[in-house]
Amino acid sequence: MVPFAGWEMPVQYDGVGAEHEAVRTTAGVFDVSHMGEIETSGPQALDLLQRLLSNDVAQIPVGGAQYSVLCREDGGVLDDLFTYRLGADRFLTITNAANHERDVDWFRRWAPEFDATVEDVADRYAMLAVQGPRAREIVQAASDRPLPARMTVGERTVAGVRMLVCGTGYTGEDGVELLLPPADAGRVWDDIVRRGAKPAGLAARDTLRLEACFHLYGNDLSEDRGPIEAGLGWACKEDTGFIGADAVRGARVNGAGSERLVPFKITGGGIARQGNPVVGGGVVTSGTHSPSLGIGVGLAYVPSERAEPGTSFEIDVRGKLRPAVVTTKPLYVKDSNGKDSDG
Amino acid sequence: MADASYPDDLLYHPEHDWARIDGDGLATFGITWFAQDALGEVVFIDPPKVGTTIAAGEAYAEVESVKAVSDVVAPMSGEVVAVNAALGDGPEAINDDPYGDGWLVQVRLSDPSERDGLLDVAAYTALLD
Repeated sequence: MVPFAGWEMPVQYDGVGAEHEAVRTTAGVFDVSHMGEIETSGPQALDLLQRLLSNDVAQIPVGGAQYSVLCREDGGVLDDLFTYRLGADRFLTITNAANHERDVDWFRRWAPEFDATVEDVADRYAMLAVQGPRAREIVQAASDRPLPARMTVGERTVAGVRMLVCGTGYTGEDGVELLLPPADAGRVWDDIVRRGAKPAGLAARDTLRLEACFHLYGNDLSEDRGPIEAGLGWACKEDTGFIGADAVRGARVNGAGSERLVPFKITGGGIARQGNPVVGGGVVTSGTHSPSLGIGVGLAYVPSERAEPGTSFEIDVRGKLRPAVVTTKPLYVKDSNGKDSDG
Repeated sequence: MADASYPDDLLYHPEHDWARIDGDGLATFGITWFAQDALGEVVFIDPPKVGTTIAAGEAYAEVESVKAVSDVVAPMSGEVVAVNAALGDGPEAINDDPYGDGWLVQVRLSDPSERDGLLDVAAYTALLD
């Protein structure tokens, strides 16, 4: 267990390799209760969120989910978030633990212009992520009704507990995330483990998300970088007029600064880590050993003109130059045999 | 992972390395059970080349686990005469068998008397408590 943002975090149970493998081949369950939640409701809840979030919130159907970033006026990224539309006028936004209080303050700062209520509901929810090819089957067996499809959310009774079941995740595998009362989380966890999901810690969560090329705030995203640089232009709809839209539009049209976030593979052995400089400009923001690929992988900001997949570059790993190559997303692709078939 | 063990026929360096005196002026080096347990699952070794001269107390290799990288310190001085090439494809041997298949290098000792500065198993395990 390690402390993080006021939480005691389970880094690993049985070992990161075995936990990673379980999620890629069967199922794993993660306790991600450190994630925060903000509920936005009221007649103008949609308008408030349209102002705050980079994506087009009006496109989320009731029961739907959407990824977006939260920008400052200058386009710097405050957080990256999933928002679930629980009703026409009721939304639940999932925050990163380390950013939660800042996000709540930011929501409240803009709320007075709208007929909407912002509630910090982080204490109301524990969060369990069940991920892997067998994840749905395992949760389905404990559920009263068919589970919500990918990118949708619905109330279900799972293991006797009323909860929100979300067809989302952070591993590149199919699965669900469960938002439930903290008092019931222990026995739901036990039930899901008994049904065959392997307890998995945050070390495996990190190797899994990195193979899938999902951003981690604090590593790959920060206030000093905009969403275009970070490769999140797809989650930005400037025409909605969100805070930071002008800066994001400018970056999209004129080229966002001089760097781009790219996935990479180490080609000659070794592992690059967060903070290792890219030779010729840029920096590694996430780096690890990929259990699925058996090599060093990561995400790095590199000069825009060298961001094309296939471009070779070098990373200064504690004084040793490690050759690497820019790859396409995601780093790990599962084929029908369950083996990797990355490009 | 294997259970904690510290063979009594080895000599130990406080930086969690072991040396086995092989005779004929040769010794084999590796990292201890404590070291591999602290690192977690080892995924990559950056070994020295055969012929490299290494010095007691100084780093001669790097061991990477998923979560961290660590220098490996030479318990004694000498010239590397063999490296455990099997670790290239199977670095997990360091976790599974740190004193056997997980050996790192064999060295021709330049000063065999350096052994007197190393710890026996009782002194080393006392350090861990």
